[in-house]
Amino acid sequence: MSEKDSVQKKIKNRNLGFATFFGIMMLWPILYPNPYYLNVMVFTGINTLVATGLNLLFGYAGQISMGHATFLGIGAYCSAFLTVKLGWNPWLGLLIGILVTTLFSFLIGLPSLKLRGYYLAMATLAFGIIMETFFIELKSITGGPDGIGGIPALSLFGFKFHTDLRYYYLVWVIVAFLSLLVINLVNSKAGRGMRALHESELAAEVLGINTFRYKLMIFIFSAIYASIGGSLFAHYITHITPDSFSVMHSILIVVMVVIGGMGKIWGPLLGAGIMTVLPEALRAFEVYHEIAYGLILVLIMMYFTDGIAGALSFIFKKISLSVKS
Amino acid sequence: MVSKAQLLQFIVSGIMVGSIYAIIAIGFNMIFNATEVINFAQGEFVMLGGMTTAALYQIFHLPLWLSCVLSILLVTLLGIVFERLAIHPMRHFSVLNAIIITIGASTIMRGGTMITLGRDNMSFPPYTGSGDKPFMILGSSIPQQGVWIILVTLLLVFGLSLFYKRSIQGIAMRSTACNKTAAELMGVNAKWVVTLSFAMSAASGAIAGALVTPITLTAYNVGLILGLKGFCAAILGGFGNFWGAICGGVLLGLLESLGAGLISSGYKDAIAFLVLLIVLFLRPTGLFGTVKIREE
Repeated sequence: MSEKDSVQKKIKNRNLGFATFFGIMMLWPILYPNPYYLNVMVFTGINTLVATGLNLLFGYAGQISMGHATFLGIGAYCSAFLTVKLGWNPWLGLLIGILVTTLFSFLIGLPSLKLRGYYLAMATLAFGIIMETFFIELKSITGGPDGIGGIPALSLFGFKFHTDLRYYYLVWVIVAFLSLLVINLVNSKAGRGMRALHESELAAEVLGINTFRYKLMIFIFSAIYASIGGSLFAHYITHITPDSFSVMHSILIVVMVVIGGMGKIWGPLLGAGIMTVLPEALRAFEVYHEIAYGLILVLIMMYFTDGIAGALSFIFKKISLSVKS
Repeated sequence: MVSKAQLLQFIVSGIMVGSIYAIIAIGFNMIFNATEVINFAQGEFVMLGGMTTAALYQIFHLPLWLSCVLSILLVTLLGIVFERLAIHPMRHFSVLNAIIITIGASTIMRGGTMITLGRDNMSFPPYTGSGDKPFMILGSSIPQQGVWIILVTLLLVFGLSLFYKRSIQGIAMRSTACNKTAAELMGVNAKWVVTLSFAMSAASGAIAGALVTPITLTAYNVGLILGLKGFCAAILGGFGNFWGAICGGVLLGLLESLGAGLISSGYKDAIAFLVLLIVLFLRPTGLFGTVKIREE
């Protein structure tokens, strides 16, 4: 079997895996229409979207951002401000959110992406803290610490997404579509350039890849994913406050990407899934839930070097080997 | 208009808070130099230093000095236990995984403190009595605890620089930071250096906590923001650089205090971090950073 065939087979397997997964996701609410679980799954979907964007930047291109919750916030506040205070169409709000995010991520990415490692982490973190201050202090736009309430539901051709079930489908269709976009991007010429960048920036540059342009493009691209997530978040919970877009949340998004598995296709989904479901599942522990949460985080990182996606693919390989022999 | 006395007041309180940031930044550097890990639990060490001192003093009615000493010892022990239980036995050491482990550990420490000591603010009186009169210099007042903070910080900095220069352990730590493989070939036990750096880092965090609590109060959830400020100070000075951490810390303290006093208290964090961004854009490796980051 030639190498090209094996790569094509791999892609085929992956597409099959995705089709199966999203097929199950589409069927699930029909089989199990519990509003609480649907609610948790909506947040999982939104977090998956944001983590998918960051995985592209951090996992594939090797550039960290510790300020991604800010882009989530820009999307959410654009949607909230334009729909509540100016009465615009929600889809237009989402679009303006994307445009504003593009502008901000370009302006902060341009000087920051020249930095490396922890210095880049600090620059994006500082940007996050500055923007968090603005979210709290610019009361005329953001409503200050109280935030903005009464955000209308999204609707499409008169069909309103105002129930958990309807929103579930909306969010997961968007997640499926944007995840497939990322997979295709990773396997394209741009994707190979991006991965070369992760291995060695110098080598990538020698091969004629304009590393800085790639870094900036991916940074903006991943910020847009966060912005879409933010708009979806705002229209779902209908009341947003600055707490949801704090530094703490930026760190949480990075944790999702690493726990799930850096630079793994399934990583963001697994990471966002675990980090969203875990706090809910640990409620039974009452006051001890924080300790249990931290402990699980520590144990996963101690024993699964490549995150959960890495551990799962290891198990799959073991199984398929033993089946063959 | 701001008077000269007010300006001096801002500078003094800036240096006071800045000294605390400097100590936290030194703690970050210790662990970074040994492992290249940023320890997100650094701020929790500061919180624990303050909280355990307050608990020992208020609940067990120990003398204040004994509470401070015991608290620093306990937190140091915790630092060692943390390293031995979570970092040391990692299957394949990876910097990124270790960073997430420190995030997990900080959650555990925060949760544990909340359960045992509650959600309320805690404090204890300044070292020289609760009725202390501030020193008045040129119309600005300096609280006695502020003098303690600056004195202990100077002592700590002096002691540490002696330790790094003269003692065999200090030299082992510096050589590991410089080149781990070469240091190991020369007989340095790198694993021991990692444990030692966690112990020293926890100790310095606890000292910062025991110093600042009489002025700022403490609670189970102050760790994150203190840790971020310390990280900022370390980066500002150039990550891993001892004197850089001290300058970075004091500079950050001054920026915050002057920003809050002269411009706006609501935007004080934004002002400090904006200056940090400008510094980073002009000097990509901090004020005293070296160009080591180019090698990958």
